[in-house]
Amino acid sequence: MDTITQIRLLETMLRVRKAELQLAIMYKNGKVPCAAHLYEGQEAIAAGICDHLRHDDCITSTHRGHGHCIAKGMPIKKMIAEVSAKKTGCCGGKGGTMHLFMPEVGVMGTVGIVGGGIPIATGIGLAMKMQNTDRVAVSFFGDGAANNGSFHESLNLAALWKLPVIYICENNLYATSVAVWRSTPIPDIGIRGSAYGMPGVTVDGNHVDEVYAAMETAVARGRAGEGPTLIECKTYRIRGHFEGDDAFYRTKEEVAEARKRDPIDYWKAHLIANGAITEETFEAMSAKADEEVAEAAAFADASPYPEPESALLLSGNPA
Amino acid sequence: MARRIRFVEALREGMRQEMERDPSVFVMGEGVGPHGSCFKQTENFTNLFGIDRSRDTPISELAIAGAAAGAAMMGMRPIADLMWIDFSMLAMDQICNQAAKLPYISNGQVKTPVVYRMTTGKSKSNAAHHSGSFYSWFINTPGLKVVVPSTPYDAKGLIISAIRDDGPVIYLEHKLLLNNRGEVPEEPYEIPLGVADIKREGTDLTVVATGAMTVFTMTAAQKLEKEGVSIEIIDPRTLMPYDKDTILASVRKTGRLLAVDEGYRYCGFGSEMVAMTAENAWDALKQPPRQLTTMHTTIPFSPPMEDYVFPNPDRIADAVRSMMQS
Repeated sequence: MDTITQIRLLETMLRVRKAELQLAIMYKNGKVPCAAHLYEGQEAIAAGICDHLRHDDCITSTHRGHGHCIAKGMPIKKMIAEVSAKKTGCCGGKGGTMHLFMPEVGVMGTVGIVGGGIPIATGIGLAMKMQNTDRVAVSFFGDGAANNGSFHESLNLAALWKLPVIYICENNLYATSVAVWRSTPIPDIGIRGSAYGMPGVTVDGNHVDEVYAAMETAVARGRAGEGPTLIECKTYRIRGHFEGDDAFYRTKEEVAEARKRDPIDYWKAHLIANGAITEETFEAMSAKADEEVAEAAAFADASPYPEPESALLLSGNPA
Repeated sequence: MARRIRFVEALREGMRQEMERDPSVFVMGEGVGPHGSCFKQTENFTNLFGIDRSRDTPISELAIAGAAAGAAMMGMRPIADLMWIDFSMLAMDQICNQAAKLPYISNGQVKTPVVYRMTTGKSKSNAAHHSGSFYSWFINTPGLKVVVPSTPYDAKGLIISAIRDDGPVIYLEHKLLLNNRGEVPEEPYEIPLGVADIKREGTDLTVVATGAMTVFTMTAAQKLEKEGVSIEIIDPRTLMPYDKDTILASVRKTGRLLAVDEGYRYCGFGSEMVAMTAENAWDALKQPPRQLTTMHTTIPFSPPMEDYVFPNPDRIADAVRSMMQS
């Protein structure tokens, strides 16, 4: 990986982290009308995966999808404005935190049903193949969705038809409140790829270099028409399932331990050690991300709410 | 004089002509390939269009429905065959939460032009898992359109319109109608979604009936004619959105409404007809509007019991007579 890529990955992770922390504050201040599911601690996955994608590649994502959208190219202000329920948001306030779209940069939707985006991404891959392109589709989902029927049906279909889809299972150890070891007896979800005749790998999802390398192989396979790949990225959900979740189902010690494996700390240390950045350049990058996020929040704050009656536009209401 | 062909042939011809016209149209589902589908709806498509566009799938209703929506978002126009409406329950999230809602929640940035085709309704002892008429579930999902043709002519015109529609359409094929013959032009034509057809003109009572109930009501109407009762039969053809104006104009003319619905009574299409008529034409009604539906039960297997629970021409005629007496 060249130095420019190393720095770009760090930059993406910082932008995602800062945006999420900003939303946590906005939620506390009543600027966000619904408890959001934040992505803190999982940034290496969005960054390492989306860095390989072009604007015409597509993703589907989950209720915890803000980070994927940013990494895929959605301007932070369009995301924060949408989560703030404003007219200027990426979906004009119709979607909100769990339903973010921007097809022009390949964000084909974050969905609020666990596992719901997996068949959609599979169909996007089907269209890409039928249209004879070398585009790829990515479906982000969690360990919870990997136990849903949509996972099984979709991966079987994609492998059968050799579709250019990369399935990214972000195993953050919790499906809402239920720990992964209470959900499946299998230690690694990556091995499920073999059940469908596709490569399945498990990587440390807090190490962006590992994620990046796994995705490099998967994207090349997808673009070459060789079929799908399952990549399990092991990580940890630092925050509760949603903002305000007391998370009594796990210990504070467990969370504190996980914080020691912070993906940004890891990558920052790596880049300082190899001379790609200095502590000063890191501070400058961090300040730049702060500035972008502050501007985005101000944009959202200054934006109007949608007109109530615009609720019926596109609704299918026969009138 | 147009040809007389069967319902299933008309449906097949409509799909074939659209696939010839538009390369983004394709069929996917379990058995749509060389087998040509359960009732031969896609017979010979593999020879005409190849296995990619007449695409067999595993029995994965959820993935069929979702992949069709995903492909549609990318500019394809899939026809997803789920075989039986009863099987659509395995795909409800993808149809009702995804395909129906993604255009709305994306604020119009994506479109999901999928036709979800399913057979529907009573047949011969198909029993509990192959006899459903669950169209009201789809009517209750904003973002979906619901189409139920009752004649070969309507089957062709409506499938063409459904394929060309930019949103998801539920297209229901009644099993008892598939072999019925009727006049069908050879050239492609559209029947606009949301436009009813007056299947029979009459003066005394309006029956709103869909699918096979339209045919049953026609049989009843012939008997009633001999008794001096003239009924008008309106087939909405599209249940969402439905043609309120045509239905109301008929009810205002006759002063009586009977909704004959193969679905269930509670919160169904029939109850919607009664409610809508009461809300909008109360002043014109000579009688309380009524509905005749399938009884509120799981569909039994044994023919005497099966026949008992569905509306039939005799029962329709009795309902009409009782409304004409007072």
